[in-house]
Amino acid sequence: MKIFVYVDHFKGEAQATSWEALGLAKSFGGSSPLTTTAIVFGSNVDDVAKAALEHGADDVLVADDPALLDFRAETYASTLSALVSSRTPDLILFPTTTRTREFAAMSAVDLNTNVITDATAVEVNGDSFVVTRPIYEAKLFEKVTASAKPQLITLRGRAFPKPEKVAGKSGTITKVEAKTDALTTVEGYSVADVGVSLNDAGIIVSGGRGVSNNPSLQPPAGLDDKQAEIWRAHQGFKLVGDLASTLGGAVGASRAAVDGGYIPYSNQVGQTGKVVAPDLYIACGISGAIQHLAGIRSAKMVVAINKDPDAPIFKVARYGVVGDLFQIVPALTEAFKKKLGK
Amino acid sequence: MKIIACIKQVPDSEAKVKAEGGQINTGDAPLVINPFDEYAVEGALQQREAVSGSTVTALCIGPESAKEALKHALAMGADDAILVSDSALNNLDTVGAARVLAAAIQKIGGVDMVVFGRQTLDNGSGLTSAQTARALGWSLLGLAGQIKVEERTVRVERVIEEGRQTVKANLPAVISVVQSIGEPRYPSFMGIRKASKAEIPVWSLSDLGIAAPDAIIKRSELMNPPARETSVEIISGESPAEIADKLADKLIAEKVL
Ligand SMILES: Cc1cc2nc3c(=O)[nH]c(=O)nc-3n(C[C@H](O)[C@H](O)[C@H](O)COP(=O)(O)OP(=O)(O)OC[C@H]3O[C@@H](n4cnc5c(N)ncnc54)[C@H](O)[C@@H]3O)c2cc1C
Ligand SMILES: Nc1ncnc2c1ncn2[C@@H]1O[C@H](COP(=O)(O)O)[C@@H](O)[C@H]1O
Repeated sequence: MKIFVYVDHFKGEAQATSWEALGLAKSFGGSSPLTTTAIVFGSNVDDVAKAALEHGADDVLVADDPALLDFRAETYASTLSALVSSRTPDLILFPTTTRTREFAAMSAVDLNTNVITDATAVEVNGDSFVVTRPIYEAKLFEKVTASAKPQLITLRGRAFPKPEKVAGKSGTITKVEAKTDALTTVEGYSVADVGVSLNDAGIIVSGGRGVSNNPSLQPPAGLDDKQAEIWRAHQGFKLVGDLASTLGGAVGASRAAVDGGYIPYSNQVGQTGKVVAPDLYIACGISGAIQHLAGIRSAKMVVAINKDPDAPIFKVARYGVVGDLFQIVPALTEAFKKKLGK
Repeated sequence: MKIIACIKQVPDSEAKVKAEGGQINTGDAPLVINPFDEYAVEGALQQREAVSGSTVTALCIGPESAKEALKHALAMGADDAILVSDSALNNLDTVGAARVLAAAIQKIGGVDMVVFGRQTLDNGSGLTSAQTARALGWSLLGLAGQIKVEERTVRVERVIEEGRQTVKANLPAVISVVQSIGEPRYPSFMGIRKASKAEIPVWSLSDLGIAAPDAIIKRSELMNPPARETSVEIISGESPAEIADKLADKLIAEKVL
């Protein structure tokens, strides 16, 4: 069996789920010999290729070209489609990211197959793969299979174990042709200082509308009501951020906090934001609306801090504190600093 | 500009959805326009306002009942709507939907911009926009939080994991939008009246001149999620410090750190 694993990266920084995909590929033992080939696209991506070998790839195919420096769905899709046509893998695994959804989708059109997204489990059944994935905002799960080859599957982050890294492990790195016919031009980035990515985070501390609700904070003079609210919310998110960084976690938010202008959309968790799967999710001043819960169904443990004992978030929480987040969150940060020796 | 907004009809997000005897039961929840596609309609209407002489057509593949979702788009302000409906289309996957949408867009003709939602609530794969772009041979500007058209160039600010990215392409183009595009406008009174009277044309596969695409992805089983342990332990104490101390000990003992 021939398996390709696409390693997604942003400016050379690989998405950890790519390694989870390599681990999964290696786990498909069975009778037939198995090769696991990592696929890396970009410009000057030798380090990503080496990291793929260290995470278990047997070999690596690299399309390295200045025209692939910026991700564009059409060039990446054409490069992949050409590679697949000549090397005929049975299965291609991807981490689920904004990029892979787009270019795997296009490649599937080229190759007369389709993509199964957000896999939370993959089983081998003869020479095809049966994939479990959430539907209806994770209110249900379905098992699906693709009737065409190759099967393209994107994996949900943190759903599969990460393989051990073997430092210095070597293997063949082969250059392949980049297809560079582009329809779009990338003009620039404003890269947010996102800290730990929500996708890979083991711990997430999130803030909701409640982070702006501290009447005793006195905003600087000259702000109108809306500006004062945002100023208050920033003080609240600072406390949330301090707790997150003490625990080595990421910062999330409810939609009310995003719509209020407290924090960028990229931090939003939920149905219209990100679906996350941390070991620990701490919700501060979040009521627990069904659309927010849709994003945290795969969290192993939820902790809620909320003034309102009847807030629905307590129904999905393992531990709860009924109280003012402006008092509890900083106290929790202090407690962890002491206990974890930070 | 001739703008198309692609929308789907789905069960409301408040619906209690269960697997029963291998079927999906959505109870008595209403069917609504896919919430992500309200942003698509909003984005399309913003572009109509920005470029004079533009029109917005809402396009949907679905059963006869999906006319209600199209009427929502009309009530928001779309100029007209088209339903593609055919009994041979009951088992579409995203590539199939993309091929049918591409055929409809070609039949409409002279289209400059097609706006999609980020994903559907039911299937939720977020593939159809890129696949439609590929089937048409047009550029994809995905996950736009902002759209700006100048002459025949369209620029979007794309919202990705790592921040924002400015990308441009020539028209015609396929665009998918995210929530940052702006809150979908409420249907106006006039809009609702117009929508209630609208005659929505229905196109079959033979109108499009294509055969029903085979579904490549097939479902073999449907499952309810494992029941979640729901008993919450409320941590209380004399002071925030005491509560924090107890909670920190619990979490350290749970080994989730
Ligand atoms: C189609 C659709 C999609 C949506 N998608 C999303 C999504 O992706 N993500 C999302 O989050 N929402 C989403 N929503 C919105 C969702 O329905 C809720 O409106 C939103 O989650 C509410 O955010 P919140 O909990 O922060 O605010 P609220 O519901 O206003 O709750 C604030 C909470 O803070 C508590 N509080 C106030 N002050 C304090 C304090 N000082 N200390 C402690 N607690 C305090 C209050 O008791 C309250 O429970 C969506 C809605 C729709 C219709
Ligand atoms: N049946 C359909 N009719 C019209 N547009 C659709 C249909 N299905 C999906 N779309 C569009 O494609 C987007 C992505 O859908 P999906 O790939 O299923 O997550 C949606 O937000 C819609 O804009």
